[in-house]
Amino acid sequence: MGQGIAQILVFVAVLIAAAYPFGLYMARVFADSDGFLSGGRLRFLGAPERGFYRVIGEKTTKEQTWKEYLLHLLGFSFLFVLFLYLVLRIQGHLFLNPEHFKGVSDFISFNTASSFLTNTNWQFYAGESTMSYLSQMAGLAVQNFVSAAVGIAAMVALFRGFTRRSSGTVGNFWRDLYRALVYVLLPLALVAAVILIAVGVPQTFHSYATATTLQGGHQTIARGPVASQIAIKHIGTNGGGFYNSNSAVPFEGPGSFGGYFELFLELLIPFGAVFMFGRWIRGMRNALAIFAAMFTLFAVGVGVNFAAEQHGSAVLRQSGVNITHSGLQTGGNMTDKEIRFGTAESAVFTTGTTMTSTGAVIAGHDAMTPLGGAVPLTNIFLGEIIFGGVGSGMYGILFIIILAVFVAGLMVGRTPEYLGKKIEAKEVKIAALGALFPAVLILTLAAASIATKSGLASIFNPGAHGFTETLYAYTSQAGNNGSAFAGFGGTSFSSYLGGIDMLFGRFVPLIAALALAGSIGAKKLVPASAGTFRTDSGTFVVVLVGMILFTAGLMLFPALTLGPIVEGLMH
Amino acid sequence: MVRRILVASVISIVLMTAFFGFLYPVVMTGFASVAFPSQAQGSLIHYHGLVVGSSLAAQEFSSPAAFHERPSATSPAYNAAGTTFSNLGPTNPALATLVKQNAHAVLKLEKPYNPGLTVHQIPVDAVVPSASGIDPEISLAYAQLQSHRVAAVRHLPLSTVQNLIKEKTDGRWLGLFGESGVNVLELNLALVQLGGK
Repeated sequence: MGQGIAQILVFVAVLIAAAYPFGLYMARVFADSDGFLSGGRLRFLGAPERGFYRVIGEKTTKEQTWKEYLLHLLGFSFLFVLFLYLVLRIQGHLFLNPEHFKGVSDFISFNTASSFLTNTNWQFYAGESTMSYLSQMAGLAVQNFVSAAVGIAAMVALFRGFTRRSSGTVGNFWRDLYRALVYVLLPLALVAAVILIAVGVPQTFHSYATATTLQGGHQTIARGPVASQIAIKHIGTNGGGFYNSNSAVPFEGPGSFGGYFELFLELLIPFGAVFMFGRWIRGMRNALAIFAAMFTLFAVGVGVNFAAEQHGSAVLRQSGVNITHSGLQTGGNMTDKEIRFGTAESAVFTTGTTMTSTGAVIAGHDAMTPLGGAVPLTNIFLGEIIFGGVGSGMYGILFIIILAVFVAGLMVGRTPEYLGKKIEAKEVKIAALGALFPAVLILTLAAASIATKSGLASIFNPGAHGFTETLYAYTSQAGNNGSAFAGFGGTSFSSYLGGIDMLFGRFVPLIAALALAGSIGAKKLVPASAGTFRTDSGTFVVVLVGMILFTAGLMLFPALTLGPIVEGLMH
Repeated sequence: MVRRILVASVISIVLMTAFFGFLYPVVMTGFASVAFPSQAQGSLIHYHGLVVGSSLAAQEFSSPAAFHERPSATSPAYNAAGTTFSNLGPTNPALATLVKQNAHAVLKLEKPYNPGLTVHQIPVDAVVPSASGIDPEISLAYAQLQSHRVAAVRHLPLSTVQNLIKEKTDGRWLGLFGESGVNVLELNLALVQLGGK
């Protein structure tokens, strides 16, 4: 236990030390002034950027209202999803298909295209036996970049709402998109891909290798342009693997190093975005309060999962096999876990990946103990709030913050305000829509799935666990997470329902974020007075944690009792 | 405005697909083939001119003269082109049955070489499937349990086999992160290279 706790603590310390400066860097990248480009050695970057705007026929300097910003974002996204759908459907007739895979079926293509567009990366297919190199590399991996950049763009637009006064505009979509892609995601991807290749992630266009095993059998070894895709899969909190078992496969997550490195990539931008917000609003203490609330829930998740998995499951204890931790083995519930990761690394990865809506996995969630498996489930219930996906996590928590200052304002009988902006009926309505819509979506679709024969056909494990699988599937897709209790199967019914789940789960909160940006940005700044509720205090951290648990948690708690809680009682 | 959005979107889609979908992976592949040729191709292991497997993938070992891998849920077992979790939930009766069967099989195989062996000494990783189905490693505990059988069948001193285990153990990264494990294919290959049976 002690050794496990030590490695987790050191990892988290290194992560925060890197995320802080990275957040400040991001704040510079998106600043309204072009100081970032005109300054010194980075001036050469200006030419390709201006070239891009000229080619697409946009003038960067043109500020957009939130509605214009949204229309550009939606138009771009929906054309792109159409393009991806077509590539998947006709991959059998295209090049870079050494394994001769046929076109992907209509329902899996719809589900997958929606999935990658929305930064979900839910996968109803097994990558290494379904997707051509072309589909993986020029279809899915491109969306890993683009969907992450779109999330960052929406976040930056919302940040502008808090700092601008009486403004009708929120920035320019193409400028934010370009900068997120080229100055934030690309440099990280280049460095990460090189490191991943060095530690063993394949990067080749050769077809799958065939080995003659030591005892004379044959083994086909799947490979391809993996590292370039896996790098951005983590950086963009996408999570969709090249292989079916995702980063649990040693080719995708090699060595004990692999899991921690990939988790570091996943958490760098979401952690950094909180510090970026602090710099942006010139109020780091406010950001630290947000960080403290998020981090508390993160730490609890890691602790519970680690303790529960190390304790092991009833089946293992009853079987009599040795699950005790010692110098010779990790012990605990090693079902669907890898030796090199053990229980500690698996716990911190599982918690991080489900909190950030990445959905990559190094250990099977379906086979975790009831209490251990409740951690990823709770995290995806909370949605994109505690850290959350790149971009989407920050606008997710800002909805909750608005609700929190509103409730706090009601308690003391004053007009609520946040960062000098009055929070009025309109903002509260928008924030409530953004915060509560996913829960409504999840419960409706999970109920539809449980109530129909076609829905039940997807379930793999019997009993209460089967209900948990269903609930997890619709929660994961609505929250654009993409991790799974992976027994849940991709029937045509579940694929279409899931695709709808992902599209609405992504774009309704995103639209709310931009609407909020427009509404808040148009307001004047009111000076803080003695009666202003402080949002950089310990009290606020407590209020915020409470609000997170109330909004997201209580909505879904009744459903939780039908799944893991029943199962835990039967256990 | 609609037309402007469409034009800007289509051009962006083409540019981004060309850059992130082709240029980026192609440059990375070129770099990999020069700087890390072995890793880039899947860390394949060559022996007598043949590819015998990858140091990152488990493969089937059923002979009593070899170390055995962890159970795998892929079909067939250790399918490195069809990885999968077992997805067996903690209350699924199928998990209880599988654990029982696997424990029984390990007992039957190892007991002749480990007198007095009981189910309580079987390490958990020997009876439950890995996450990938091709976990190339087993725990030190499972390797030591098997070392008595392998040494006896191969007529090797136990110390020789145990030294090989030590040699093929991947420690924690930087001595702190993750867990250590023994690479089964590399270990078995080392045994073959020792000669003997």
